[in-house]
Amino acid sequence: MATRLAPKELVTRGDRLSGGHRLCAGCGASIVVRNVLKGAKDHPLVVGCATGCLEVSTTIYPYTAWKDAYIHTAFENAAATISGAEAAFQSLKKQGKVSKDCKFVAFGGDGGTYDIGIQSLSGALERGHDFVYVCYDNGAYMNTGFQRSGATPLGAWTTTTPNGKVDLGKRQNRKNLTAICAAHNIPYVAQASVHNFRDLIAKAETAFETEGPAVLVVLSPCPRGWRSDPSQSVEMARQMVQSCYWPLYEIIDGRYVINYDPKAKKIPVLDWMKAQGRFGHLFKAGGEDILQRLQENVDREWQRLQALAQLGAVETPAGA
Amino acid sequence: MSPSQKKWDVSKIQEWPPEKHEAGAVIPEAGNAVNYQTGGWRGERPVRDADKCTQCLFCYFYCPDTSVIVEDKKVVGFDLEHCKGCGICAAECPADAIVMCTETDFEQNGGNE
Repeated sequence: MATRLAPKELVTRGDRLSGGHRLCAGCGASIVVRNVLKGAKDHPLVVGCATGCLEVSTTIYPYTAWKDAYIHTAFENAAATISGAEAAFQSLKKQGKVSKDCKFVAFGGDGGTYDIGIQSLSGALERGHDFVYVCYDNGAYMNTGFQRSGATPLGAWTTTTPNGKVDLGKRQNRKNLTAICAAHNIPYVAQASVHNFRDLIAKAETAFETEGPAVLVVLSPCPRGWRSDPSQSVEMARQMVQSCYWPLYEIIDGRYVINYDPKAKKIPVLDWMKAQGRFGHLFKAGGEDILQRLQENVDREWQRLQALAQLGAVETPAGA
Repeated sequence: MSPSQKKWDVSKIQEWPPEKHEAGAVIPEAGNAVNYQTGGWRGERPVRDADKCTQCLFCYFYCPDTSVIVEDKKVVGFDLEHCKGCGICAAECPADAIVMCTETDFEQNGGNE
């Protein structure tokens, strides 16, 4: 299990993403990247990035915020590109043309991961490349103006799941990417959040140290798309974790470990939904049914996760 | 870490003929976005009370814009050329050592914090 390091030590690792990128004020994606890259310690990196907010905002020509070798890929092939780079590197190493060590990481949003890039990710995971895939999940296609994705929660407003006379936001449940990745039987899958940066960095470190594919699925608040206050981005993520909507857990060689159990401090999903305008319509007459379904889904998934962690028979730390 | 240290002058890029651009739109200077200022987006600036600050470094880790300046493991200030004024640092500071101050108030105070 990932061990947490002191901020005083982690701060010495320097920054691998510069300021001057054009992500919105209060964006979670750059918080994810800055902390994940700290998990690479001083290893040289090759970074791939799927089309999405992160990619368009950090690499507006002629500028790049990335301090490592960086490849811009299309929406659907971040995992294919990074696995190709990794395979080429292994070949060069075998031929004796490179001796240095190098790590490979790909970033994609939920649109580029849950939906458009899932086939290339699945293939790369199955082939067993030695790389880390990071999905920053903000729950919609935010870059193009908030269209629904496979990660958009039930009932959420997006421009393609409007609320009106017929529908109250998205009709469908979100899918579980962490479970999909875990079903590939890869060595390491973890779910993390921007609010717990020590847990996030520790998980990134484990992912980079893992031989073979590793996936991090990180909750990444989007103040524009969620219609929330930019200063509350980290707090939003904290509450979403505390409600067990977004549990922090790892799957290490198939063994489930829950990293944070709120126990009696578990809060209802309503608490954070009220602060996000994308759910505003659910608090008017007619929304009760969806609110109840959302809470039931979260409770059921949390119970299922606890049962899976029990199977692993690993001690659960209280109060992360 | 071995980022490219090459400097790339783009000050006259609007006048460049196509052949002056790198093949494949490669950007040869790593991290050169630091030369692009986003501080003008800001409506409010963070102001830190050094006496209240406990140097927990939370603001540094939570900053989306790499705009909390740390020297010798200590927060020393903000990079206002890049800070977009989101206010996460002030919201997350456990010691309430950071407040957000509107740029107009700041100007009216003659630039005094």
